[in-house]
Amino acid sequence: MNEAREEGKRRKGIREISPIDVYKLLPATNCRECREANCMAFATRVVNGEILLTDCPPLLTPEYQEAFVRLTGLLAPPVRAVTFGPEGNTVTIGGKYVLQRHEFTYHNPPPIAIDVHDLMAEGELLERVQKISGFSYNYIGRSLALNAVAVRCTSGDPVTFRDAVKKVTGACSLPLILCSPDPRVMEAGLAACRDRRPLICAADTGNWKPMAELALQYRCPLVASAPGNLSALRSLVRTLLEYGVEDLVLDPGTSGDAGLSATIGNFTAIRTEACRNFDPLFGFPLLGVPMAVWSGDEISEDVLRWKEAVTASVLLSRYADLLIMHSLDGWVVLPQLIWRFSLYTDPRKPVSVEAGVKSFGKPGRDSPVLITTNYALTYFTVESDIKAANLDCYLIIVDTGGLSVESAVAGRYFNAGTIAASLTENKVPELVSHKTLILPGLAARLSGETEEATGWKILVGPKDSSGLAQFLRSRWPPEA
Amino acid sequence: MNGNGRKERSGDEAIRLLAPQILELLKGVHQIELENFAMDVGDLELFIPMGAVSAAPVRNDAAPARVKPVELIAEEYVPQSVSYPAKVREVVLGATKGSGGSRCRSITIGGATAPAYSAFSTTPDKPPAIALDVFDMEVQLPKVLKENVSEVMGDPAEWARMNVKKFGADLVTVHLTSTDPLFRDTPPKEAAKTVEAVLQAVDVPLIIGGCGDPKKDSLVFSEVAAMAEGERLLLNSVTLEMAEAKTLEPVARAAERYGHAVLAFTGLDLNSAKELNRRLYEYLPPESIAMDLTTVALGYGLEYSFSIHERARYAALMGDTELQHPVISASTNAWGAREAWMKMAPEYGSRELRGPVWETINAVTLLLAGIDIYMMMHPAAVLTLRNMAARLGTPGGQYPGGAGDWVGVRL
Repeated sequence: MNEAREEGKRRKGIREISPIDVYKLLPATNCRECREANCMAFATRVVNGEILLTDCPPLLTPEYQEAFVRLTGLLAPPVRAVTFGPEGNTVTIGGKYVLQRHEFTYHNPPPIAIDVHDLMAEGELLERVQKISGFSYNYIGRSLALNAVAVRCTSGDPVTFRDAVKKVTGACSLPLILCSPDPRVMEAGLAACRDRRPLICAADTGNWKPMAELALQYRCPLVASAPGNLSALRSLVRTLLEYGVEDLVLDPGTSGDAGLSATIGNFTAIRTEACRNFDPLFGFPLLGVPMAVWSGDEISEDVLRWKEAVTASVLLSRYADLLIMHSLDGWVVLPQLIWRFSLYTDPRKPVSVEAGVKSFGKPGRDSPVLITTNYALTYFTVESDIKAANLDCYLIIVDTGGLSVESAVAGRYFNAGTIAASLTENKVPELVSHKTLILPGLAARLSGETEEATGWKILVGPKDSSGLAQFLRSRWPPEA
Repeated sequence: MNGNGRKERSGDEAIRLLAPQILELLKGVHQIELENFAMDVGDLELFIPMGAVSAAPVRNDAAPARVKPVELIAEEYVPQSVSYPAKVREVVLGATKGSGGSRCRSITIGGATAPAYSAFSTTPDKPPAIALDVFDMEVQLPKVLKENVSEVMGDPAEWARMNVKKFGADLVTVHLTSTDPLFRDTPPKEAAKTVEAVLQAVDVPLIIGGCGDPKKDSLVFSEVAAMAEGERLLLNSVTLEMAEAKTLEPVARAAERYGHAVLAFTGLDLNSAKELNRRLYEYLPPESIAMDLTTVALGYGLEYSFSIHERARYAALMGDTELQHPVISASTNAWGAREAWMKMAPEYGSRELRGPVWETINAVTLLLAGIDIYMMMHPAAVLTLRNMAARLGTPGGQYPGGAGDWVGVRL
């Protein structure tokens, strides 16, 4: 282990790599084939994670092969990126550079797999698979979805498992995780989905040899599982690497109950060693299994779902790179999809839209003028409510650095001054013949100072834009 | 490269032939377009000097002559303990009879010596204190919340009593919402009476919430501070806006004079948080200051709150004295997310469950970032947060055998 830690010390973290480190290995011809101004600009953007080495065409030619390999090593994430799933529909997990997202940014949002098992009746199985692949939620203009199916063997029988895997592959094109500790069962499953490159779950200290053979034979990534025992997990990883299996996923065990402290402790320890000390045996993606709560003593299904929801969110925050869940209920899954999306946004770039003025429907000179902030979710929420209600209006979008109305009011990014400036900059007085501005309800306290600063009459709108249509029906046009 | 007349082959195939290091980069991190990437095997044999790649981690390459291990190779994991040079200050809320107040107990928040639940801490994490909200007027609440409190809405003292007796609140937050000049503009004296009534109804420590108007809050807080002398209230909140409006000093001085603590509120910006604390140090000892760095709802920017708390706590433990204050989270804000209260299509579940789980996840997420005290609404969220904090805060808790049982469980 000491050797492993020593090895790690020679590497630099992503934040310690300077553009110069990268520039030194680039062709330095300033050919601009990458569309950057010069090689130094390219190096800077690569170090920031905004573009990739492969965006430099000369680097991919034989002439620069050595430099490419060295740069690749220099920029490799301390947590390996592992890909599984059928061609054209793969998922990539891991590939993390940092422990905390504010240090850089997180890559590869953790796929959420939902389980099925091989003793389910065919109709039930197919219906569940349909539900998994059909689930989606439209969130700030993006579709959030579930990403994989975990097929568990509860029968203990290879033929039964093979048949279940076949049914699942016939019903969807999602990536699969095959779950069984029995190598005979696993082989039957793998043979039934040769072209799917599933994730094998799992090798443990007992079955590792035949599981490793299967991983090599079917060229599939492999989960190394040693619940609650990090020494055993390290032994397993070292052995599997020596065996020739490189695409590994770590399962240190998940418990949502009494073992939660140990679970989060282990996840944290593993990811800290990988990102801070470049430990090569812990530098792999982590599998979190919120569905483990279903194997406890609790009977009430709603309590189990509740526990699973909370455990899943904790695992997302604490370094899981892949989740296997059982609950398909919207109230359990929806917060995970949204938290995953949020956690994996780039903290260096607020999720924002361009500031300016937008017109909706066919606004005239007496149409209402609304105002909001340029936080993407705020904007898209207001936009979809305006469209749904078929309103004719203008919407001013103020640059608040991507903060929502509530935060921007608190942080003074949205105030009488910025509101007045936005009216002028967007030439709003030329668009309409009135001087009435509708403030978001959450900015109500700005109404006095805004009237003073702008000379416009302020109407305080609803706190949530879903109330806009109703509000305008009763308050527009304003009384003289 | 294709233009050089070399043989075309699929991107994937070419990549498999490359060194493992390249494989690692290309497989992952960003979804790389591979269609333009083709290479002749001859190039690779000529141009990859494997031995010279010193910057890359030494991994096992795919050498065919590998000797496969026949036994498990033993490796050991020795937990590394990490200690931090500094700690977070402790702030005492509520004063008992013995120390000049009338509360049954005081509550000490803060004191963290390591990042929350980090596994490297040698001392167990202190569970967070939980304050439940009371409003001094009828307010709009989501249906799921309203049904718990509808009988006491409009009666802050009764509401406070219910929060303590029925829901086990450690503290009660009295929101003097009606003092807002935009609502009822309740005068400071009347607001102080409301606080007095709550002080008599319950004997837990209180947090006093203002209306957000820097001038009015200053008047109200000063009045309340004098009326409740010695009770060690937490005045929620003081802001940089107050500093601008020149109302910060009177509030801070009143807090100091009458023995209360203040909550320094800033909007997701650590420089502002530090600046406000610096201003407050002129009037108050640092042990009288807690911070509110802003809690945003899940789906509306919770990640900003999460990261700012992680940053603040790490900086505090590394020695930034201006951030060594306990932090509060208003997980009540989770209810601002429409996913928490809106009726949605059946596949997204009933809002009776979606709302409480929203507040719970909001609270638990920030628990991991080190929150010391919460302002909450829903009883189920309170219960879950307490359970989670107790479980997470027991270091070295026995790992139950068979955590891998989920694979074979019949559901």
